[in-house]
Order: sequence, then structure tokens, then C-alpha cells
Amino acid sequence: MSDLTQLSAREIARKVATGEVSAREVTEASLARIEAVEPKVKALLTVMHEEALASADALDKRRSAGETLPPLAGVPIALKDNMCTRGTRTTAGSKILANFVPPYDATVVKRLRDAGAVIIAKANLDEFAMGSSTENSGFFTSCNPWDTERVPGGSSGGSAAAVSACEVPIALGSDTGGSIRQPAGFCGVLGLKPTYGRVSRYGLIAYASSLDQIGPFGRTAEDCALQLNAIAGHDPLDSTSADVPVPDYLASCNRDIKGLRVGVPKEFFGQGVSEEVASVVRTAIDKLTELGAIVVECSLPYTEYALAAYYIIAPAECSSNLARFDGVKYGHRTKELAGHIGLTEKSRDEGFGAEVKQRIMIGTYALSAGYYDAYYKRAQQVRTLIRQDYEQAFQKFDVLVTPVTPTPAFKAGEKADPFAMKLADVCTLPINMAGVPAISVPCGFVEGLPVGVQIIAPHFQEERLFQTAGAYLRATEWNKQFPSV
Amino acid sequence: MILSREEVRKVALLARLELSEEELDAQVGHINSLLSHFDILQQLDVSGVEPTSHIIPIVNVLRDDVARPSLTREEVLMNAPESRDGCFVVPRIVEGA
Repeated sequence: MSDLTQLSAREIARKVATGEVSAREVTEASLARIEAVEPKVKALLTVMHEEALASADALDKRRSAGETLPPLAGVPIALKDNMCTRGTRTTAGSKILANFVPPYDATVVKRLRDAGAVIIAKANLDEFAMGSSTENSGFFTSCNPWDTERVPGGSSGGSAAAVSACEVPIALGSDTGGSIRQPAGFCGVLGLKPTYGRVSRYGLIAYASSLDQIGPFGRTAEDCALQLNAIAGHDPLDSTSADVPVPDYLASCNRDIKGLRVGVPKEFFGQGVSEEVASVVRTAIDKLTELGAIVVECSLPYTEYALAAYYIIAPAECSSNLARFDGVKYGHRTKELAGHIGLTEKSRDEGFGAEVKQRIMIGTYALSAGYYDAYYKRAQQVRTLIRQDYEQAFQKFDVLVTPVTPTPAFKAGEKADPFAMKLADVCTLPINMAGVPAISVPCGFVEGLPVGVQIIAPHFQEERLFQTAGAYLRATEWNKQFPSV
Repeated sequence: MILSREEVRKVALLARLELSEEELDAQVGHINSLLSHFDILQQLDVSGVEPTSHIIPIVNVLRDDVARPSLTREEVLMNAPESRDGCFVVPRIVEGA
């Protein structure tokens, strides 16, 4: 492995800006690493060789012309393949979009290009971001770089695995119920879900619009902060993006946590969380105390209702969002002759995978006449109770700390029962219901597999996540471990 | 069982999914298994609790009604499975016309 691929994004950008290395050298190192490990990791759906080298050369030219380069100059980045990239195939992990080439860039893509990042690959995911292992991808299952018989988590499993295996230093994912934080935990990297509304969703292929949020993966707190600096902020093209000022998140990474009030919700240590994982997370919490934080146990009493409410709300929104796939405007169209309803039914049956169909069915049922109050409305009322749990907790605490996942990465094929798979998100999905930001930070190992600790903050207080993660990693360096893949 | 096979078939029609008989069998199992996990919500007293459809307080986002650049017709049609004369092609809807 070349040293360049183990560098942080921040170091790369600094070296490229000073001319110590060229953006082309960095991009070539990343492409070589991808070629070497992809047969084992299978994190990527599309590698953008030519485009990446062309953007790298353009940056090098700007530097030699004396221009000051932007903060992510020359940093290779992978994007989850549900973010539209103009001119480059974007599949959402679905056969129904196997040949879809977007005519526009998602806002995050445009902002990353403006920040100098070199988009090098589109990463694998569970179809339409529905799943926890990448096993629902319409193309192939990605592997966990720490043990390739195991899954990298999901749905942003390709993004997490690519960062873990040093194919790229940073990547973007999207998180609806844990799809950034759970794979980050499984792969031993950092993954941040920002506050709902912090990052524009324009050009993100929708799953559940009231829960979806784009966020960064990285191997350091600073690298996640640099990405959030670039992508956060109001976007006129997404009316749900919040018009709230964007601070310099990088500055928060160096602060200490003396006097920080940390709540530990006891409900997150039941819920099937294994003793080994709980013990590693408790050790991480002890480290926060050692670093000067004031740690107190607390309670979020409605936590146990979050999973059921989530699996009504998310499928309901998915059934509505995915109604756009009709075999007419874009996407797969059946070759069979059928009337106009038949064309839609047949195209959707051929294009969607089993899990996506299941969620569309549940959502359609929950929204149908006569059942709306019993399911959808009740789930939204429960969502209010969950939100209030967090509002009350944050009157007493600056951050909350929990495990990210109940167990470390499981083996491919191990969770045959779809409900068992859904339990992998039991610690992460309540956070989406409340819309608050949270980060997964590497905090140790169980039998050679990474374990993550989840830090949660109030709406628009991502700075506290960077502050806590930065202080913790300076003291422990769990993020400096590399898998031997 | 909360939902019968025929009820699941009706949901599939509403969802515009033409499921094979085997797929329908699998869906009946999946849906009923998931619905049984939702029972936990019925135990809660939610009377008087406002539903949350959106987590941050944004309402009525308006902009000035001014024209701005958008995708060209070619760009809009470039991913269409079938297009002709600048239009999407769909199956005949009115018979005998």
C-alpha cells in the first residue's frame, strides 16, 4: 500500500496545495489501491478513471498558475451511488436504474467539486438505501475489509468499506435509519449523520424524505468536518434544507471536553446489545470521564417504540417516492406488451428487488383508506413522543452516548429473516426519528472486529460531535488501525 | 394472520406491482410478520399527541415567481426508455381511437 492512500484528506489537501505532491499522483495512488483491493472488498459500482484524472490535472494546472486551492483540493472521494453525478451512471443499487445517467449533479456533488474534491468512484449500497448489509444491492454484496466473509453494513456499506480499505480517504453516504453510522461502526471508520435539513437532498435519490440525510465518512474527525464544511447549508433547490448559518466545523475538532455534560441512555444497553459491545462502549465512556466530561445515566423511555414507528413511516414515504418509477420517464421498461397499467406493474416487478417490494407493499398498506389512522398517523404521534424524549434529555445534557450497533459485523447470509436484519439498526434509527445529528466513532474491537460508539447532539449542534470525537480520538487513536486486506 | 392473500393482492395492485404467485406467497408472510411487530404501538396512549410529519419548523417555503434555467428537452428525454418527436412514448390508453 502506498503511503499516500493512508493519509488523511486534510494532509492530502495540504500537500497538494503546497505542491509537495500533485493531485494526479494522489489520484493515481488511489486508483492503484482500488485496483489492488477491489476484487476482495467489492465496495464500488463505478470507478471514474478518466473523470478523476481530468479533475486532478485541472487542479494541478490551477496550482501552477498560482491559484490558492480550495480546502479539499486533490482529495479523492467516493459517493454512495444514490447521489446524482452528471454524465456518470447513478443506479441507487437497483436494476431499475442500471443504465440511468443523470443530466445534473446533486447539490452535494456540485459543492464537493467547488471544494476541490476529486470524485473517483460511486459506491455500492443496498437497493434504494434499504438494508443494513449491502446484501440487498441489485448488483453484488460488498465485503468488510476486516473480515471479507462479513458484511460492511449498510446501506452505505460500499462507502464505509472503501474508506476502511484506504481506497479513498473520505466518502459520502446517506442515512435514513442508520445507513451511515451502522456501516461506519462495522468498518471501523467515522460516519456522521447531520441534523435533518443541514445538508441539501437535491439530487439524492429519495427513500424516506422526512428521514433521509447525506453525511460524511472519514478516518479522522477533521476529515468529516472538512466534508461537512463543504456540503452543509441552505440550498434553494431543497426547500427542506435549513437556512441556519454553517460554522467552521474543523475548529471544533481541537476543543477539549472538560465539563461537557454527557448522558448515557440506559435503554440503549438493553435491546439485544451484546455484552461484549456494551463493555467496549462503557470503556469509551470511562475515557470521556477521564478527559473531564461529567457522565450521568439517563432515560429515553420511548426508545423501544422507535423501530415499529420507523418501519411504518419509512416504508410509507418510500411507497410514495418510488411511485415515480413507471417505465416511462427513466429506468427499466418491460419488453412485454402490456397496457398502460400493465406496463408500469410489469416494469416495476422486473426492476425492483424483494426488500424494496416489501417496503413498498407495507407502505402502501399503511397509507391505504381505512388503515391510515391505525398505522401512519399513530406512528407519527409516536414520533412526537420520541422527539420529546430527546428535547427533554438535551435540557440536561450536551451530548448523549450509546453503542452504534448491537453486535459487530455479521456474516453474509447470516440474517436470513428480514426482521432480524432490521434489528441491526435498533440503536441508530431513533436518532433519525428525532432528526438530531449523531456520529459513529471507532472505540475498540470484539474478536478482531471494529466496534463504534455513537455520540448524539441537539439539532444543529454538530460542533459538539466533532469536539467529543476529536478529544476522544486524540486520547485513544482507535481510528489509526488499518485492516490487513 | 392480519392480512389475507387476497388483501395482499389488492395492496399489490394499489402499489402497481405485478407479483408472481410465489412472490405473493412471500409477501403475505413478510407483511403479516412485520404487522405483528407493530402491535407494540397500539399499546401506547397517544390521545392528544400531535403527529410529527416534519422534524424542523419549516413551513411555506416560497420563492419569487421568476423563470430560471432548467434542463433542456433533450436532457429530460435522454433516459426515457422510448421517446419520439420530443415526447415520452406510452402505451395506447384509449382503445379504438
